[in-house]
Amino acid sequence: MPLRLLKFAFSREYPETRMFRQPDRLQSSYDAVIIGGGGHGLAAAYYLARDYGMTHVAVLEKGYLGGGNTGRNTTIIRSNYLTPEGVKFYNESMRLWQDLSQDFDLNLFYSNRGHFTLAHTDAAVRTMRWRAEVNKHYGIASELVDPETIQKACPLMDLTCAGHAPVLGALYHAPGSIARHDAVAWGYGRGADRRGVEIHQQTEVLGITVRSGKVTGVETNRGSISTSRVLCAVAGFTPRILRLVGLRSPLYIHPLQAMVSEPMKPWLDPIIVSGSLHVYVSQTARGELVMGASLDPYELHATRSTLEFAEGLAAHMLDLFPCLSHVKVVRQWAGIADMTPDFAPIMGKTPISGFYLDAGWGTWGFKATPVSGKTMAYTIAHDRPHPLIESFALSRFANYELVGEKGAASVGH
Amino acid sequence: MSEAGLHQPFAKSTLPQEPLTDRPSRRGDRLPPMPHEWIDRDRIIDFTFEGTHFWGYAGDTISSALWASGQRILGRSFKYHRPRGILSFANHDINALMQAGEKLNLRADTTPLEPGMTLAAVNTIEGVHNDRASLLNAFSPFLPVGFYYKAFHHKRLFPFWERLIRRISGLGQLVPTTPRIRTAKRYDFCDVLVIGAGVSGLSAALAAAAAGADVALVDENAQAGGSGSYQLGGELALAETTHQLVQQVMHHPRIRLFTQTVAAGYYTDHWVPLVDRDHLTKMRAKAVIIASGAYEQPAVFRNNDLPGVLLASAAQRLIYRYAVKPMHRAVVLVANTDGYRAAMDLLTQGISIQAVVELRSDPIANPWIAQLRSHHVPIYSGYCIYEAKTNPAKDGVCSAVICPIDARGIPQTGFSQAIACDGILMSVGWAPTANLLYQAGAKLRFEPSLQQFVPDTLPPGIFACGRVNGVYEFAEKIHDGQNVGVTAFEYLNNPLPSNSCPLSRLPSFTPPPLHPAPFIPHPKGKNFVDFDEDLQYKDFIHAAQEGFDNIELLKRYTTVGMGPSQGKHSNMNALQILAQITGKSPGEVGTTTARPFFHPVLLSHLAGRSFTPKRQTPLHSRHGALGAKFMLAGQWQRPEYYARSHSSRIDCIQREAIAVRQRVGMIDVGTLGKLEIRGPQAAEFLERVYTGRYANLKGGMSRYALMLDETGVVIDDGVIARLGLDHFYFTTTTSGAAQIHRELTRWNTIWQLDCGIVNLTGARSAINLAGPHARHVLAQLTDCDLSSAAFPYLAVREAIVAQIPVLLLRVGFVGEWGYEIHVAAESTPALWDALMVAGAAHDITPFGVEAQRLLRLEKGHLIVGQDTDGLTTPREAGLAWAVKSDKPFFIGQRSLEILAKQPIQQKLVGFRLDPAFQATPPQECHLVIEQDEIVGRVTSVAYSPTLKQFIGLAYVAPEMATPNHRFNIRLSNGEIVTAIVTSTPFYDPDNQRQKETIAHPSQVAA
Ligand SMILES: Cc1cc2nc3c(=O)[nH]c(=O)nc-3n(C[C@H](O)[C@H](O)[C@H](O)COP(=O)(O)OP(=O)(O)OC[C@H]3O[C@@H](n4cnc5c(N)ncnc54)[C@H](O)[C@@H]3O)c2cc1C
Repeated sequence: MPLRLLKFAFSREYPETRMFRQPDRLQSSYDAVIIGGGGHGLAAAYYLARDYGMTHVAVLEKGYLGGGNTGRNTTIIRSNYLTPEGVKFYNESMRLWQDLSQDFDLNLFYSNRGHFTLAHTDAAVRTMRWRAEVNKHYGIASELVDPETIQKACPLMDLTCAGHAPVLGALYHAPGSIARHDAVAWGYGRGADRRGVEIHQQTEVLGITVRSGKVTGVETNRGSISTSRVLCAVAGFTPRILRLVGLRSPLYIHPLQAMVSEPMKPWLDPIIVSGSLHVYVSQTARGELVMGASLDPYELHATRSTLEFAEGLAAHMLDLFPCLSHVKVVRQWAGIADMTPDFAPIMGKTPISGFYLDAGWGTWGFKATPVSGKTMAYTIAHDRPHPLIESFALSRFANYELVGEKGAASVGH
Repeated sequence: MSEAGLHQPFAKSTLPQEPLTDRPSRRGDRLPPMPHEWIDRDRIIDFTFEGTHFWGYAGDTISSALWASGQRILGRSFKYHRPRGILSFANHDINALMQAGEKLNLRADTTPLEPGMTLAAVNTIEGVHNDRASLLNAFSPFLPVGFYYKAFHHKRLFPFWERLIRRISGLGQLVPTTPRIRTAKRYDFCDVLVIGAGVSGLSAALAAAAAGADVALVDENAQAGGSGSYQLGGELALAETTHQLVQQVMHHPRIRLFTQTVAAGYYTDHWVPLVDRDHLTKMRAKAVIIASGAYEQPAVFRNNDLPGVLLASAAQRLIYRYAVKPMHRAVVLVANTDGYRAAMDLLTQGISIQAVVELRSDPIANPWIAQLRSHHVPIYSGYCIYEAKTNPAKDGVCSAVICPIDARGIPQTGFSQAIACDGILMSVGWAPTANLLYQAGAKLRFEPSLQQFVPDTLPPGIFACGRVNGVYEFAEKIHDGQNVGVTAFEYLNNPLPSNSCPLSRLPSFTPPPLHPAPFIPHPKGKNFVDFDEDLQYKDFIHAAQEGFDNIELLKRYTTVGMGPSQGKHSNMNALQILAQITGKSPGEVGTTTARPFFHPVLLSHLAGRSFTPKRQTPLHSRHGALGAKFMLAGQWQRPEYYARSHSSRIDCIQREAIAVRQRVGMIDVGTLGKLEIRGPQAAEFLERVYTGRYANLKGGMSRYALMLDETGVVIDDGVIARLGLDHFYFTTTTSGAAQIHRELTRWNTIWQLDCGIVNLTGARSAINLAGPHARHVLAQLTDCDLSSAAFPYLAVREAIVAQIPVLLLRVGFVGEWGYEIHVAAESTPALWDALMVAGAAHDITPFGVEAQRLLRLEKGHLIVGQDTDGLTTPREAGLAWAVKSDKPFFIGQRSLEILAKQPIQQKLVGFRLDPAFQATPPQECHLVIEQDEIVGRVTSVAYSPTLKQFIGLAYVAPEMATPNHRFNIRLSNGEIVTAIVTSTPFYDPDNQRQKETIAHPSQVAA
């Protein structure tokens, strides 16, 4: 029993205060306005306040804190990407994750499980080797392992996958982890709030005013605000916000679904991903299996669930783990993923002065929450992109400077 | 099984110290037969629960059989491991989950008893009676809401705590040897799907069917009737009316009744999965009537979780369905009319009622009050149950402590008194079973007069009736059902775009079925709101104090409603508590989103039989007979190589390759994408989608074809053959076939050119015959003039080979004289056999994908996807020669123009290793390293038996791409191998072998 829980039994009053205040009114101006109270927006607010002393900042969230993709994602955290830019960026995020629970004094259940990306074809084996080599080059623990190693780490897996897609090997990434998504939003939210940032929930941005190429303010359902700096961190809603300022992006929006089982006793430690079977799965501390698949194959700005998704994912789960036949699925849900053509994010400055963009997080942005917050805070504070995100600029699409991350991001989040 | 001895209504124990034998009072827990009971008293079922032998009747659920046998503790709670019994008896008793062999998390309240079941509660250490984990209950003051966020996060200690937390949480146990279960799925259709076969659902089904609709009626229970057969207030006549409705439904020719079937979700366009014990049926309805009723909600007071504290409806179901006495001496807590009915139901079954405790201070008069009084049942109005007291055996209640409650809901504990009892009923409210309505997109509003959310607007084709529609009284439910049944039928013929205001009239005034605040604070807590997650009243207060004071955040922080029952008994109370804390109305607080599934669904039901598409070429059996080792190429199975006894894989592959170089081989290339395009603008179309020129391609000739995406990246390649002025036949890569066809169709939908594209990939097949003897082999089977003058390199001929019409393409990926023979799929085996016979004298050798990869590598041909990646442009891949930039337009052209002005990052080159190289060779995707930086990677590498050295393709920095430049490849183990840039083709650089007549085979043979 940790000592810090003692106070709950022995203090007369419940010894906790609000994690975040609920300001009843918007101020007429802020030094910066952040649109989107997901992990990314809150993290940017946190680092702006902590590292740059910018505290006269408002985070505007149309729903509730962490209610977007942050609260819907399957929380896989890893850095075994394919491009040098991606590997360095996500690796910095992994570094920040390590200490986050202690920094926040909030247990994020950051749980290091190890991450296997299965290869069922020789083409996949080649890609895994490529990733392993690039990763090792940048000092990231990643290696191509044989089926025996996989079986040892995961004894219940049917490596033949019911005979139709035998596992030939896997990319093993020891630092691969999962975390409690909501707590990440709350941790950043509380940290930002304590430093003076205002978090306004149920506050929707409806317009952005731009004068001579410069941001001057935002319109919300609760009134207007003047500000010279706006960060757009709204994931699946990015095209709608960009339309407000007349910017174009190559983002396309697809639903991404997931589902969760009833809790059972622990049997699965690592995170298992299979691109060929369109499956990934991990077991939470509560004992539930959190399962996901690839994107829905059509563009749609809606979070409806489909039966086909649950059917297909269930079939592939059983291909991998036949012993799950009696396990029940409790719930399915969906988020809307902001996909980029090269599977790398869009971060940094835009043609509109004072309008900063943090988007293109598709199916992979949760793990980037700390580093995106940190680098966007830098970018806003200096009005200059952080070196780690220079190659993720919106301008790369016009300039043919794509960051080819598809091989590492398509299913493996 | 008719031995009288077996009928003793108590458990037979295999253990001498069987705990129940010293409780004779429990012997009478089975009531005399009920009129329409669900049990079959002639069939006894024996089973064991945690090592003790029990029995029940066929038709019993696990819980009803155990309860009838006096077993009160059915499980332990998730967090504090408190003893729990029956609560809802309606498929959300999450604390009575059982393990039965492989089956985990079986819900005892609804799972039918089966002979020989060996049951144990999940998640205990050493069983429900002595669960050692119940120590956690003592620690509960240290475990506030969200305690796991507040501790255990010291970086070094977290792994230790996490392991511990994982071990003690989780419910059932996965059995590793469980086999894969495959079940059949079904598709079904109906005009009107009615969900819920209670009184309103039955009436709706009958009305719709009478009007002429084909109706499907589903209910999760073993029998239809719903609350109409157990919420009787002692009036058995109501059950009779319900029974007659059921009979009418069962005999109606246009109604199909599915019992024990859960409508597990609602999906777009009235697509509803119906899950029964054995399968999943996908029902497509034209209209859906949701008559799913309401869930009874618990009252929140200290120890409301003790075994013996039940929802009133649970007791009623026990009585009328299973003839089980829920208790002997009851205290009934009421806050609505239904509670009085329940009291009467107990009373008529001879259960003594110690007290009726009425939460409201001025209850609305109802006929049962007088009846209860006449039976000398004391009624305490304006009272609450402050606390339930546990019995000495710690497996149930021994008394209810009651006290007055003031207008603000504060219990006046100074006036408390204890009333002895062995059971408590709670009847304080209902929440609509609106999950499917929400999923269907209905908007609900809070109706203060009912204290309930009722449908406000319904999407087209969705209807609601009965309790979910706010209609509670028996006769009104029948009317509501009938109205809605008729309306749904009318909708079939005249689908209205919207269906607002479904609640045509609010029912005649009845007291609200839900009490607005049935929660009684207690300084020592243990007044549970969510039984799945062990959440107490104070947890909500504290969560709100910590800032989680909107419903979504509250849910996430406390985890209310996140357990397996998904909030069926807890969401409404949570919402009301939050309303109380924030001073808002429940309508303002709002509900959380309801998502599928209604009840959890087995993975094996969702998966069904789980077909995995697999494609075999027409020659599959031929390959098998020849010993082929198959590999997957997309969905196709292709021979990787043909195995030979006593030969290694590498030896087999090299032998096949040598046969092609020296004599003749053939490979099944039937998996290539094969497309045909016809029409006046066919050539124009091809010019737009491929980088080359095809307008000037002569009839009877073919040309390489390269396709880019709009960003100028290489995505596919193949060969285009012109068969006529307006007629082309062309190939794509194996993996690209379906996708490219789809993409071309998409483009032509946009462009509207006058041409049609047909995908012949499955209809046609192809064999590539290659090697210096190829022509001789083919000549034996055809009259076609094969001389190089009549049939030059890259020419195309329609011909008859072995009496089979074929298309001959003189092309060759492998770099020898060869023919790609395209043929109707069904004729391919005959063609293959004929070639084998004709080639026998030349030792014709079938070769697989690996030999082909090696042979093409010797020729320096790249494979799209292996030697290119998601960003490769033609210039980088050395394919610039295939791009005719001066065409007016092709896909990717504009991008290439922009890219042409930029330096390239890398270039694909051929390389070889020193011929003397003996060590571990590099593998594909090993990196090219220059001054400790990544400058490229190997994309193909193999040992060439012809050239007697390792050769390969690799991307390198452009400045390194000059012949004889030496560069470093780093192996996985860190070793460096030096490679030498070499111009390609490695083999036959001038393409002599494909063009010139090689010495005639007969001369060679001599
Ligand atoms: C099912 C699923 C699984 C996933 N799995 C993983 C995974 O395993 N690993 C991983 O790394 N990533 C994963 N992702 C991706 C990841 O969830 C997201 O990329 C990431 O959470 C994005 O965070 P965010 O803060 O940018 O966006 P969000 O959390 O979506 O926050 C954006 C917020 O902006 C608000 N907003 C929008 N418009 C407005 C407006 N006009 N005014 C005010 N507020 C507005 C929204 O309400 C929302 O709360 C997954 C995503 C989904 C859907």
